[in-house]
Amino acid sequence: MTIASTTQQICFFLLTATIVSGALGVVLLSNIVYSAFLLGGVFMGVAGLYLLLNASFVAAAQILVYVGAVNVLILFAIMLVNKKEDLKPIKGLQYRKILSGIVCIGLFILLVRVDLSTPWSIPGPAAIGEESTIRIGEHLFTDYLLPFELASVLLLMAMIGAIVLARRDTIKAQYSIEKDNQSEIINESKTPVLIDQKSIKN
Amino acid sequence: MFNLSGPIPLQAYLLIASILFCIGVWGLINSRNAVRVLMSIELMLNAVNINLMAFSSYIDGDLIRGQVFTVFVITVAAAEAAVGLAILLSLYRNRSTVDMESFNLLRW
Repeated sequence: MTIASTTQQICFFLLTATIVSGALGVVLLSNIVYSAFLLGGVFMGVAGLYLLLNASFVAAAQILVYVGAVNVLILFAIMLVNKKEDLKPIKGLQYRKILSGIVCIGLFILLVRVDLSTPWSIPGPAAIGEESTIRIGEHLFTDYLLPFELASVLLLMAMIGAIVLARRDTIKAQYSIEKDNQSEIINESKTPVLIDQKSIKN
Repeated sequence: MFNLSGPIPLQAYLLIASILFCIGVWGLINSRNAVRVLMSIELMLNAVNINLMAFSSYIDGDLIRGQVFTVFVITVAAAEAAVGLAILLSLYRNRSTVDMESFNLLRW
């Protein structure tokens, strides 16, 4: 890729600003829908960083999987559980936020210190640039063949697990084994099973 | 170190990855909405991916093993998001809330 280094740096700073402000918006905004859309922006910015690193295949995979699948999944989940509820105030929540903020800043300072003080062995071997997609394919079908196959099994397990977990009629199926009368199941009140016992008594 | 004329140094990528990771950790601790917790986990996974890609490009330029690892991390993250959101849906069906502070069934 032959982009002049000034252009590269401008792109890098723009992407950095997008990613950092988007990530701050994801954790700080109170509206969860805005957070989800900003998360999509963060994913796009990260894909742009991958393009700057000459990794076009991984950038495409990032956009397809993260923006196209994970972010849409999160938006669907938000739509399914979107109920306006007033969160109970918790004693010392502000104190907890500040304390964890200090801990996170400490972690950040530690990471920056490691980053700047370690003598990285650069420059390494010359980057292969545009041939990276070919090289990834070679890796996946020679020395990373077993993890590749395991990843497909993992995806299958995750798919079946997600379907089983999110099915609506698991509780009704249990009842239908125990009770024969179907009308009782239909007329049964739809109280959640695991609801807090204290809140029912009150 | 950060001269404005040369190519982008490796440290700049590591810096932005650590910023993203720390924001993710803070969001993971402090979010009360369960969906936002999952989003924070995705942010942290992306920070790790940036690290892997930067090292793969700067230090391991001819055998790009970091890129292969990133592909695997993306795969696992997709599986994690699917299962996590399914668990969240079933939690919401049982407790009819997404407040993390009310999921304290196993708290001692």
